[in-house]
Amino acid sequence: MAINVVVCVKQIPDPSAPARLDPASKRLVREGVDLVLDPGDEHAVEAALQVAEGAGGEVTVVSMGPARAVDAIRRALSMGGARGIHVQDPALQNSDALSTARVLAAAVKGQPFDLIVCGQESTDGSTGAVPGQLAELLGLPLLSFARKLSVEEGKASIHRQTDEGYDVVEAPLPAVVTVTGGINDPRYPSLRGIMQSKNKEVRQLTLEAIGLSGKAGEKALTQEVVDLQPAQARKAGRVIEDKGEGAREIVDFLAELKVI
Amino acid sequence: MARIWVYAETVEGKPKSVALELLTKARDLGEPEAVALGPGASAAVESLGKHGARVVYAHEDPAFRDVLASPAVDLLEKLVQKHGPDLLLFGMTYDSRDIASRLSARLGTALIANATDVGPGQGGGWAVVSPIFGGSTLVTTVPRTQGPPIVLVRPKAFAAQPLEGSAARVETLTDAVDTSRPAPRVLKREKEEAQGPRLDDAAVIVSGGRGLGSPENFKLVDDLAAQLGAAVGASRAVVDAGWKPYAFQVGQTGKTVKPTVYIAVGISGAMQHTVGMKGARTIIAINKDPEAPIFKLADLGVVGDLNRLVPQLTEELRKRKG
Ligand SMILES: Cc1cc2nc3c(=O)[nH]c(=O)nc-3n(C[C@H](O)[C@H](O)[C@H](O)COP(=O)(O)OP(=O)(O)OC[C@H]3O[C@@H](n4cnc5c(N)ncnc54)[C@H](O)[C@@H]3O)c2cc1C
Ligand SMILES: Nc1ncnc2c1ncn2[C@@H]1O[C@H](COP(=O)(O)O)[C@@H](O)[C@H]1O
Repeated sequence: MAINVVVCVKQIPDPSAPARLDPASKRLVREGVDLVLDPGDEHAVEAALQVAEGAGGEVTVVSMGPARAVDAIRRALSMGGARGIHVQDPALQNSDALSTARVLAAAVKGQPFDLIVCGQESTDGSTGAVPGQLAELLGLPLLSFARKLSVEEGKASIHRQTDEGYDVVEAPLPAVVTVTGGINDPRYPSLRGIMQSKNKEVRQLTLEAIGLSGKAGEKALTQEVVDLQPAQARKAGRVIEDKGEGAREIVDFLAELKVI
Repeated sequence: MARIWVYAETVEGKPKSVALELLTKARDLGEPEAVALGPGASAAVESLGKHGARVVYAHEDPAFRDVLASPAVDLLEKLVQKHGPDLLLFGMTYDSRDIASRLSARLGTALIANATDVGPGQGGGWAVVSPIFGGSTLVTTVPRTQGPPIVLVRPKAFAAQPLEGSAARVETLTDAVDTSRPAPRVLKREKEEAQGPRLDDAAVIVSGGRGLGSPENFKLVDDLAAQLGAAVGASRAVVDAGWKPYAFQVGQTGKTVKPTVYIAVGISGAMQHTVGMKGARTIIAINKDPEAPIFKLADLGVVGDLNRLVPQLTEELRKRKG
């Protein structure tokens, strides 16, 4: 039986470049910054593809974001996704997690799926709130922090990361899964994949189209950023070059600190 | 007075340390109350009370342990509606994060994650501080919804302090738990134990990075840690390479640690790493690159080859011990 998978992906400023917030608007500065598919979501795409490929299903890539976010969807399509859904609306500019979850929930409704895969947290926001909220809004079980995922006959089973090791956790399908970076090595898109992705369908949807006018984004903010401050930095101490005495210096310092 | 609820995860009848940290903080914010669910919840009441909880809502049903999130969300929804707390605090742990995010969608209230501080906001309500961009910037966020905002607080953001002569009143709950709906069930728990002290509460931590070069060479760090009676940590580069399990990772996506001394060996000091360890009282770094960012926050930095320095250091410590 085919298993169809939805994967939720987010486009973010390149995490290897230093990020900046605009002090006036308190939003991310997007100008002059490269935007990429969130590296955490690449693992989600890979996990989704592996499940669908193993079961003869298809992967639908869903993203909410401004016009340029379609590049992140195309990237996932070039890895092997079948089609994309892009929710874009000026009213969504200042969205918070709950609005994002509402939008994603509305966008996947009516879409046949057995599994939704998300990253465990976005690399820029690191709140990790969207997948749980999405699962709640859709009334589905959430299998979170998966470092291993297997799907068979109506159920999904994961190795869920814990502080001490992992738990084996199982839930019936359909379900929402979040994946950790340890779950797989995302594939690089092949040249053929990149060429094909250009012809794949990406549906463009507005808030109105998914029935959420006024119910998500600016009109439905649950929270507001009111202040931004540079964190207090630690002061550097003494830096010495090791000319044979380095180890002794450290031991003396440890003795001074009464650690030994 | 504002009623501050702390969701207290318990392990075998003992509250997790983050629950005690949150109760200690909650004393400054208003009247603390705790919710403890699952087997051992009642056994945790004493410790929760000592840390300031006036009331503990306890429910012993094993479903709270064996079924993720949903049973807790159902009960919390009911309790919130019945008692109307002003603020809900959760530790940013795996289980609490699932519960908090589902609960926020259920109640339609604000969820603010990654918090390192919470306080009264200007003109009423609450203000929540959380670090972004690897800890370089602090943002203050205020909730704008009806109903109690939900805040996920990073472990170690506050210090836990017991109170003299404080005790909690228990409210034992027996509400039926609905386990008929599709839900994630825990079938088995596997431990990947580290030797020596736990990272979370070790006084001294020795952490190794990619500079060690190979999994075999990581032994240099293990040996040094053993000599110091220290816990072993690792950078994400090491964990991603599979040299050490994830449980060792320190940083933004790993653990936050606050030891007395943190020794970073062959770690460059990327922001995502330092956000997890810059709360250490003293930082010592060994790196061969004088420009490595870790030296910007080390109290003592030694520029040199770890392959020479670390065995020397271990040997020197052995000698001093006699
Ligand atoms: C969203 C996100 C989350 C992240 N979360 C985390 C996290 O939780 N924890 C974390 O650690 N990282 C995290 N990272 C990764 C982080 O950005 C760095 O890539 C990582 O910390 C680098 O690990 P490292 O210092 O071991 O390796 P490198 O940066 O490669 O540094 C190795 C260091 O070893 C030194 N060295 C090499 N050889 C020797 C020698 N012989 N003697 C002495 N020194 C030597 C080098 O000079 C260098 O400074 C995250 C990244 C992202 C994008
Ligand atoms: N705007 C978005 N569009 C699609 N998916 C998203 C979006 N924001 C978050 N997600 C999904 O939710 C996960 C966790 O994100 P967050 O809760 O923002 O930390 C991400 O890894 C994505 O899978």
